[in-house]
Amino acid sequence: MTTEVQHSDITHHYLRAKKKFPNVWCAGCGNGIVMGALIRAIDKLGLDKDNVAIVSGIGCSSRMPVYMDFNTLHTAHGRALAFATGVKMAKPSMKVIVITGDGDALAIGGNHFIHACRRNIDITTILVNNRIYGMTGGQFSPTTTGGAIATTAPYGNYEKQFDVVNLATAAGASYVARGTVYHVQQLEKLIEGGITKKGFALIEAVSNCHTYYGRLNREGDAVAMISWMKEHAMPIQAAAKLPPEKMVGKFVTGLIHETNATEFCEEYDRLVERLAAKEAGK
Amino acid sequence: MKNINMEKARLLQGNEACVQGALYAGIQFFAGYPITPSTEIAEGLARELPRIGAKFIQMEDEIGSLAAVIGASNAGCKAMTATSGPGYSLMQEHIGYAYITETPCVIIDVQRGGPSTGLPTKVSQSDTMQARWGTHGDYTAIAVAPSSVREVFEETVRAFNLAERFRTPVTVLTDEVLGHMREMMVIPEKGELEIVNRKKPDVPTDWYKHFDLTADFVSPMAAFGEGYRYNVSGLTHDQEGFPTAVPSEIKEKLDKLRNKIERFSDEIFKMRTEMMDDARIAVISYGSVARASYQAVKIAREKRIKVGAIQPLTIWPFPDAQLRQMLSGVKRVIVAELNMGQMVHEVRRVAPKGTEVFFMGRYDGEVMTPQQIVSKIGEVK
Repeated sequence: MTTEVQHSDITHHYLRAKKKFPNVWCAGCGNGIVMGALIRAIDKLGLDKDNVAIVSGIGCSSRMPVYMDFNTLHTAHGRALAFATGVKMAKPSMKVIVITGDGDALAIGGNHFIHACRRNIDITTILVNNRIYGMTGGQFSPTTTGGAIATTAPYGNYEKQFDVVNLATAAGASYVARGTVYHVQQLEKLIEGGITKKGFALIEAVSNCHTYYGRLNREGDAVAMISWMKEHAMPIQAAAKLPPEKMVGKFVTGLIHETNATEFCEEYDRLVERLAAKEAGK
Repeated sequence: MKNINMEKARLLQGNEACVQGALYAGIQFFAGYPITPSTEIAEGLARELPRIGAKFIQMEDEIGSLAAVIGASNAGCKAMTATSGPGYSLMQEHIGYAYITETPCVIIDVQRGGPSTGLPTKVSQSDTMQARWGTHGDYTAIAVAPSSVREVFEETVRAFNLAERFRTPVTVLTDEVLGHMREMMVIPEKGELEIVNRKKPDVPTDWYKHFDLTADFVSPMAAFGEGYRYNVSGLTHDQEGFPTAVPSEIKEKLDKLRNKIERFSDEIFKMRTEMMDDARIAVISYGSVARASYQAVKIAREKRIKVGAIQPLTIWPFPDAQLRQMLSGVKRVIVAELNMGQMVHEVRRVAPKGTEVFFMGRYDGEVMTPQQIVSKIGEVK
């Protein structure tokens, strides 16, 4: 099961291929690229499918688990991390992966997001950031660029944005990374690193919604939007060597923050052991 | 107080009895958020659960609390949360999620006055209808309402049993008075009360359907990690758990949610009556008000008034047939509640023709006294 699986076999091994396709996503959507990267990362790590839970909220990217042959929990809008917290605590040996979007994780689910980071619970979160609400038809999200047009920002977005990476780092996540749907191999490695990391891992996957964001803001089709990522992403190693003026308009990718903090479920287990030892010593 | 074994008796608060009931039922996971007047339940379980290797977590809010409970239940745990009015309101979306995903879980609502922040330290029964209709959509609810510390214990155990038996969320409606009052009780020995666990699948993994339509409408439930790899979704789904928009599948799903409970309601109903044999007047009450009713009926009987008391312990589903039968010889019914009139609408719906239904409510944050009920009996007789 864990030996080298050929590319086409991966599809059949990890997808609910006969049941659930075609998917709900627009042609050219980055969600499929993220799903592919996640599956290859899981395959590379040789994880047992029975021991992987994939939890999501509501939105385009949150439809991902339905297509994947694992223990899958498609939950309520914004709440994936709270559900996942219950799954992980109940079965700490399980690999728990959360798929969420910018609206799901940072608007309605913002509270659960910062608290999951703070607890440093061993959940790998892939936040697909397309800077817009796609499923409901193109409303602005907490990551929509200033000035950008959205259906609820018809005169341009006058709100400020969250930087997902800074937010997760400040809130206490122990593995924080950013990739894009153009840099697929890097994204795969970052996801692999996040799953391997003991603690809360956040991988922001910069993605495209050409259907709404692209069309409303004249950023072109999927190819144009993904090409923009190629031109504006700056690997963290390269960014470190550049003067600030050369970074204007660019964004940093790669593993941006990593610490070795104690993990929530392990802390809880230590408490249980401590109490048991005390009881035995009575 | 009679029949209590004083050596084994413990003086327990209602909220503490709830903790003991949950432990007796085999709770493995609790998630909650501090809220008056329910907090002692979370505090008690924070002390007890790590000592038995079970899980406790204080979440960031009540929405997250029930989410974590549902997550843990799907991972195989008997799971519970506890809250009060504002928290119960916040949980409503996930109560709906538990209905549609048929996830067993227990929600304790220690009721306080509302609306909104209302009366955090004062008693109320104003969540009665919320326990039936609180979340959007069509579903059938189960809710139980104890009236003493011992009943808080027993009904908590029963709520776990019903949740596991029917794969559904169950609400226990207690209130501020029950939560904080202390009474003597003996915790039953292991084995004295029945403990029900969810039905597990006995088919190969390929054959498993997480929402299989069985003869009794309850699908066997595998846990995450047991090799079945099923999908759970709040979207209306087919028997395998995958989103559907097919009218026949939608109807089948919603019928299942109703049938699995309504067709087996005899297993769920529980009612206590006092002096109803020759009663011409009946006092119907539940929760802490039932205590005052029993006392009031006793006082009125001394005045030779033919009055009896009825206390539904299962308030949802509402015991239509049982109540209709019980009221067949009754001329007048008083429904006493700590709200502006909730269960009274149900009683009016099922009362036989010719039976007059009177409402008496109290919503000033104080308890209903036996004397108030006695006066009302005097008024209507």
